[in-house]
Amino acid sequence: MTDVGTRPATLDKRGLSDEQLLAIFRNMLLQRQLDNRGFQLNRQGKVPFALGSEGHEALQAGAAMAFHRGKDILAPYYRDLGLAVGIGLTPFEILLSLFARADDHNGGRQFPNHYSSKAAGLMSFSSILAAHIPHAVGAAYAIKYRGETGRAVLATCGDGTTSEGEWHESMNFAAIHKLPFVMLVENNGWAISTPLSKQMAEPEIWKRAAGYGLPGRRFNGLDPIETYAVVSEAMERARSGAGPSLIEGTCYRFLAHSTDDNDMTYRTREMVEEYRKHDPVPRFEALLIQNGLATKEQVDALRKDVLRETNEATDAAEALPYPVPADLYTNVYEGAWQPWQ
Amino acid sequence: MAVTETSATTVMNNVEAVRATLYEAMKNDDRTIIIGEDVGPRGNVFLITKDFIEEFGESRVIDTPIAEASIVGIAVGMAMEGLRPIAEIQFADFIYPAFNQIVGEAAKTRYRSNGEYTCPLVIRTPYGGGVRGALSHSVSIEALFYHVPGLKIVAPSFPADVKGLLNAAIDDPDPVLFLEHKKTYRLIKGEVPNGHYTIPIGKANVLQEGTRLTVVSYGLYVHWALEAAKQLAGEGLSVEVIDLRSIRPMDKETILASVEKTRKLLIVHEDNKFGGIGAEISAMVAEEALFHLDAPIRRHCAPDVPAMGYALPLEEEYMSSPERMAQAMRDLVAF
Ligand SMILES: Cc1ncc(C[n+]2csc(CCOP(=O)(O)OP(=O)(O)O)c2C)c(N)n1
Repeated sequence: MTDVGTRPATLDKRGLSDEQLLAIFRNMLLQRQLDNRGFQLNRQGKVPFALGSEGHEALQAGAAMAFHRGKDILAPYYRDLGLAVGIGLTPFEILLSLFARADDHNGGRQFPNHYSSKAAGLMSFSSILAAHIPHAVGAAYAIKYRGETGRAVLATCGDGTTSEGEWHESMNFAAIHKLPFVMLVENNGWAISTPLSKQMAEPEIWKRAAGYGLPGRRFNGLDPIETYAVVSEAMERARSGAGPSLIEGTCYRFLAHSTDDNDMTYRTREMVEEYRKHDPVPRFEALLIQNGLATKEQVDALRKDVLRETNEATDAAEALPYPVPADLYTNVYEGAWQPWQ
Repeated sequence: MAVTETSATTVMNNVEAVRATLYEAMKNDDRTIIIGEDVGPRGNVFLITKDFIEEFGESRVIDTPIAEASIVGIAVGMAMEGLRPIAEIQFADFIYPAFNQIVGEAAKTRYRSNGEYTCPLVIRTPYGGGVRGALSHSVSIEALFYHVPGLKIVAPSFPADVKGLLNAAIDDPDPVLFLEHKKTYRLIKGEVPNGHYTIPIGKANVLQEGTRLTVVSYGLYVHWALEAAKQLAGEGLSVEVIDLRSIRPMDKETILASVEKTRKLLIVHEDNKFGGIGAEISAMVAEEALFHLDAPIRRHCAPDVPAMGYALPLEEEYMSSPERMAQAMRDLVAF
């Protein structure tokens, strides 16, 4: 993988402005902070479950920068905290989901990190792996069918999810119909405890693109700039009517799969420490400082700001009520629902 | 039944009613998309959508790869994004790969997003036996899906109901599994009102009033139950026959009112007995109207074997017949 920390001082920004680079960095810090918060709250017994995206920060912050708010659609998966906040969900919304409060978009019905926001263009999805990929393709079909230009659907999933039949079927259909669709695989090498080597014989997922008749590409998902460049190229291609792509970003998963998982049952601490050497957050920070885009003081201020925002969001969300028992019975069908129906 | 345009009727069979209704839906709303295997130039294996592709184009009549999970899954995404897809599963027997998309996704979209996203989707599929379809072209699938809140299941038996209920399914803001009994496709003819009308999903139809026994059925067996009831009428025994039409929501009121009048209930269906629709109806009646009953509730259903066989005796052994139904009715009247 490219070692962004040892790059020469002439930074290739790939068309990103300094403000955008700082926004990417802020998103990465925010992800780290919100992730931490979820795990903290879980240890405090305040939330039953949390998922982390540590290791995916650069990939998600870079990809989010390639998303056109108010135009594109995102069909994410549960590890996409950085994409969610990057396309406009607020920390408060993330905390509502962690605390399962009534004001959460899904009314406290789903696990945390299963965001939904029609306003942000983020499609509701379930915990069933790969089931959202055909939905993304269906949405892309709707965009193309209505003749809408300048819009595309970005779907994401982990490496393990690419083993599902629905994933394959979706790629095939998107390719046949040249849909405005981008499949972004966040390859962190693990699917809970199952390593990539037991998930697939060909470890380079992007290569499957050729089998569908699509362009495919692999990139370093620890580098937000490279991620941005690859995702935005694929999204532009999709928006312009040239068709779908399969892109694969490589990264690591630093934390256990979730707060319910103990990753020391299948990997070693040394392994994780080795991963941590490639932590995208300090590496991007060093890059920004090295290139004069931020000072150490600015970075510290940003960290404080992100912590303050997370604290405020936590307090605000925690203070709100749970859904009431009667909410269990709503939105089964349109209108009222009688259990014997 | 609300007929909006004209009271004139046309005689057609069930398959023609499906075709006419789909055609009108395609004409009336360009959000409507038909998606499935062989629905294009071939017009599906029953020729239901024949010539549609010429008129409505490839983008609205989508011949898909052989991939049922994504036929439904892509339709779910279309529905979430504002289209009104009508997905076809070529035979109900092939719906299993799509089970997750129907049960895990379509039926839960509204619920899991607390109403933020909805899934106005129709999944049509031919089901049922008596057509020498062997193991894999004869199944009844309703019991595998009626356990699922968030999903509606409709199984009409008459052409006029096919049209009214299919229109209602297309208009419905929630996912509807629309079951078409393939033996009734060409066998059953009837008058169908012209113009657009809907029949509310969840309303059963009392086809024949009677006093000695209530028979509840749906699909092909409704027609056989009517024949059987005719035989009993000849014997001076008056039978009330109810066509459920909608399996979920189910018309509890009509069933209870009838049972309270006749005091005896026979449920007749082609699907296996164990865990079938009849089990739910009989549990409901036992809970709500036990002391109105003069006899145990009976279920006349398929034996609990995996499927009907291809050889005629195996198919006939699996299926009921008007004669067998008449005997089941006589037995219960005599109890
Ligand atoms: C259909 C299905 N099978 C199994 C699971 C259980 N499960 C949840 S997450 C997960 C691992 C997914 O791995 P991957 O796609 O690589 O994503 P990652 O979590 O590594 O980001 C599994 C097996 C599920 N949610 N859905």
